[in-house]
Amino acid sequence: MEQKIAVAVDDLTVAYNYKPVLWDIDLSIPEGVLMAIVGPNGAGKSTLIKSILGIIDPIAGSVAIYGKPYKKQRDKVAYVPQKGSVDWDFPTTALDVVMMGTYGALGWIKRPGAKQKKQALEALEKVGMLAFKGRQISQLSGGQQQRIFLARALVQNAAIYFMDEPFQGVDATTEIAIINILKELRKAGKTVIVVHHDLQTVPEYFDWVTFLNVKHIATGPVKDIFNDDNLTKTYGINYKVAVQK
Amino acid sequence: MELTDFFTDYTLRTITLGTAVLGAICGMLGSFAVLRKQSLLGDAISHAALPGIALAFLFTGLKDSNVLLLGALISGFIGTVWIRGIVTKTHLKTDTALGLILSLFFGFGELVLSYLKKQPDANQAGLDKYLFGQAATLVQSDVIVMIIVTGISLVVMLLFWKEFKLLLFDKNYAMTLGFNTRFIDGLISFFIVLAIVIGLQTVGVVLMSAMLLAPAAAARQWTNSLGTMVILAAVFGAFSGVFGTGISASYNNLSTGPVIVLVAAVFVGVSFIFSPSRGVLFKQIRLIRNRRDLELKKTLYFMYGIVEKHEDISRPHSIKILNGFQGFTRGTLKALSDKSWITIKGQDWSLTEEGFQTAENLYNTNMPES
Repeated sequence: MEQKIAVAVDDLTVAYNYKPVLWDIDLSIPEGVLMAIVGPNGAGKSTLIKSILGIIDPIAGSVAIYGKPYKKQRDKVAYVPQKGSVDWDFPTTALDVVMMGTYGALGWIKRPGAKQKKQALEALEKVGMLAFKGRQISQLSGGQQQRIFLARALVQNAAIYFMDEPFQGVDATTEIAIINILKELRKAGKTVIVVHHDLQTVPEYFDWVTFLNVKHIATGPVKDIFNDDNLTKTYGINYKVAVQK
Repeated sequence: MELTDFFTDYTLRTITLGTAVLGAICGMLGSFAVLRKQSLLGDAISHAALPGIALAFLFTGLKDSNVLLLGALISGFIGTVWIRGIVTKTHLKTDTALGLILSLFFGFGELVLSYLKKQPDANQAGLDKYLFGQAATLVQSDVIVMIIVTGISLVVMLLFWKEFKLLLFDKNYAMTLGFNTRFIDGLISFFIVLAIVIGLQTVGVVLMSAMLLAPAAAARQWTNSLGTMVILAAVFGAFSGVFGTGISASYNNLSTGPVIVLVAAVFVGVSFIFSPSRGVLFKQIRLIRNRRDLELKKTLYFMYGIVEKHEDISRPHSIKILNGFQGFTRGTLKALSDKSWITIKGQDWSLTEEGFQTAENLYNTNMPES
């Protein structure tokens, strides 16, 4: 049976000022994959996610989530931004941040209640952070902050998860905890798309991969396309050594 | 001035109420400005309001404060829009845009004011008060306007509390959830501009931003909850208004605006030093305590190293053998025996059972054996 397409990107072009950051990207991501987006710095990985999510306006092209524009499918999508994109000294607690994941379903003005709190507590438990629910967020370690962000996305109970470098600056324990949650999500039939930097762990963590360097280079199952040829095309030369096992 | 004047003097009561309400609304909305990292925006907006006041008088010839403040509101908004325009349409950074608009509008405002001063009739006298504010000119209708604006912004803040918090913490995430961030942003900006404009008559163009920032900065020191911070900032602001008015009324020639701002600054100073969790004083005390504690434990651990080699842990050892260890003093020995980790007899010390246990468990999770 043909797999459903979760995310379809069509002719997407994005530029900051005059410089194109993404050039004519065509990409389709089947439902149920755990996919890494890899590429060098400045390849447009975060930009790709942000334009799929409508945070950045593209110059041209379109994005479809299960065949419809993103605006109509918000409830199917959750987002984990880069940890460094917010000010962690903001006066709020871990539980409060996770509760934010319920705001989208609540809509304007309505306030979160007991039901939302329960959802948030469950998500905190899933990421092993229940004990820290009342903690001021600046007093959490980098790994704990990342787990809070992950919990906030889990609360959204979406079908597709976009994560921007969730492994950045976290210790080995947190990395394992996060990857286990991602694998659980895939097992539950969710689609998970992760901007990833560590090429070594791609075959171990992910089943699909997209190579990106301003242009789209390749997308497919890791076992078929994660090879020297595509790595060289993406990063230039010398990357053979990096992934030799 | 007698204290009872506060309750009997009608004018003073009006002014005090006005500055208290002003302080409260500024503290409340100032919290959002501070958390949005747009502290300087308030400064730019208040300066940008000056030409509005001057032009409103030039065109209408009226000195009614509501007319002038409407002018201030309009030019304040134009300033805000231009700042945004500069930031989004050019390569200039926010600080540059703020600086440009601030001085450009303020300069233009001063120009119009000086032109007005040259006019033959003396009607324009008193416009200067908008530079540094003059609370004494507050009348009941001004205070009523302040109370209405404060009430409206309070209602809006309570309605959109969730949205405000989300936007302040993580704007991009708010966008992905489907919230119109431009609308929320605009709403916050609108009320900040409004608060600034109603404060101009009392505190003045030059000092207005301090009214926004000082109570919020002070409040941030005492709490890690957004709600508490906003309430505290409102309280600090209100008290600054009341105390400032009281002090300036007690000494004839002091203008109210600067006194209010100085009182707010005292709140900031006290909060920076004395706040239990973020204050400089307690941080320093905690640091010193931790160091002492660490010194003590290192000495204990050193003793443990000596004792460990013997079968009888309570065997006395000479104090002299500790000389090779840097961290030890008579004071440390005393402190150790106060904690009943060791006992001292003459020139000898011995580890107690409790001290031995403590030392044994001190580093057992992450300390390599030495």
